[in-house]
Amino acid sequence: MSIPTDLKYTPSHEWVRVEADGTLTVGITHHAQDLLGDMVFIENPAVGRVLNKGEECAVVESVKAASDVYAPVAGEVVAANGDVESSPESVNQDAYAAWMFKLKPTDAGMVAELLDAAAYEKLVASEAH
Amino acid sequence: MLKQTPLNATHRELGAKMVDFGGWDMPVHYGSQIEEHHAVRAGCGLFDVSHMLPLDIRGENVRAFLRRLVANDVDKLQTPGKALYACMLNEAGGVIDDLIIYFMDESWFRLVVNAGTADKDVAWMEKMNAEWGMNLTLAPRRDLAMVAIQGPKAAEVLNHALPGVDSLTGTLKPFNAAAMGEMFVARTGYTGEDGFEVMILAKAAPMFWRALMEAGGQPIGLGARDTLRLEAGMNLYGQDMDETTNPLESGLAWTVDLKTARDFVGRKALETSEVTKQLVGLVLVDRGVLRSHQKVRTKHGEGEITSGTFSPTMQQSIALARIPLGIAPGEDVDVEIRDKILRAKVVKYPFVRNGKILIA
Repeated sequence: MSIPTDLKYTPSHEWVRVEADGTLTVGITHHAQDLLGDMVFIENPAVGRVLNKGEECAVVESVKAASDVYAPVAGEVVAANGDVESSPESVNQDAYAAWMFKLKPTDAGMVAELLDAAAYEKLVASEAH
Repeated sequence: MLKQTPLNATHRELGAKMVDFGGWDMPVHYGSQIEEHHAVRAGCGLFDVSHMLPLDIRGENVRAFLRRLVANDVDKLQTPGKALYACMLNEAGGVIDDLIIYFMDESWFRLVVNAGTADKDVAWMEKMNAEWGMNLTLAPRRDLAMVAIQGPKAAEVLNHALPGVDSLTGTLKPFNAAAMGEMFVARTGYTGEDGFEVMILAKAAPMFWRALMEAGGQPIGLGARDTLRLEAGMNLYGQDMDETTNPLESGLAWTVDLKTARDFVGRKALETSEVTKQLVGLVLVDRGVLRSHQKVRTKHGEGEITSGTFSPTMQQSIALARIPLGIAPGEDVDVEIRDKILRAKVVKYPFVRNGKILIA
């Protein structure tokens, strides 16, 4: 699957979309769901929680293992996707459509530090060996 | 270099995700292990189990040998084709392996042993063969492939794939086998559904697999194999028991036959050891997944999850756990999962059989 070029990425396999109003939508990548296998539970952070960059804020649990999801930048959780919690398999079906939570970033400039599609693609390729 | 079954190329052609399974290159799934799990309980799944080892034991003293070798009594096998599930123990009563024994005739019994323990098992049996002066021939059958066909539609699929085989399968009772040349069909399985385990010459395997697919069988990987067997309450060697545990604390007392004066390896240890643990089923009440080695806290002390998973049929997490005696089904225990303490209920297993959930 090709890596969407309109998104940003983290080395821990989260994707980030910058919305028109400056909020960030966050999910986990296709590569991440492929590694983990069939999802059975998703636990999102509580709305209102303030996160530091890199802080563990959510859990995705597959048949194989539980995996932590990390805040891509510092910010406040402004929304959590209940659909993905009730149907975790949607992440396996389309990881880029199955968003997990939304953040209001503390510093909008920090998004520029995230990986672009090309850099993320290189990272995934290097991890394959 | 990983070992390959005769169906390795077939799995790759089907797009399987391959993993290293105890030194074997095996399919863990062909897309979704949860979907594959449901397909078995609803219809018919195909499993490549060629990594396991069929072992033919021939000679004059096979029955006497097996009566001494395993904790279950092969004298229960008097009808040709009848099968027995048994544990092979060491002198301390620990489990060397669990296996199935098929009685074919007085000079030929076929055993099927686990992949990871095959070499160890054969070496042990050769040692006993020599020590007891039994003069038997032990023939590991690596020339055979083994395919499991499991689910309510298993008979239908097998009959369509091999026209004429229904003369064999039509009257084959559960836990019985029949041989037709080098083809060996057993009505056994590791899923809790109806089904067959078929042994055929390795070179015939790819065509047989494709014929089964055309007849409606769906390829199933090892991921679903594990969730199916756990729902069915079936032990997995190396997780639920091993050489350091005896059958009585592994939920396998029912496979140990002490009714006669029959001497078998490990009997004395079993009869003199004090049993302090039991294997129970657990259902997690909260959201989460029970997994091997998680600590269990009970009113009588600590225990451990031996096998855990998320049950696709029950939509809850289930497990087998080794805990102290004195805790009964219906009682609650605590399980430590990733720094949280979650509640689980002790239940009698199996959890699911023939597509039906047995736990209230």
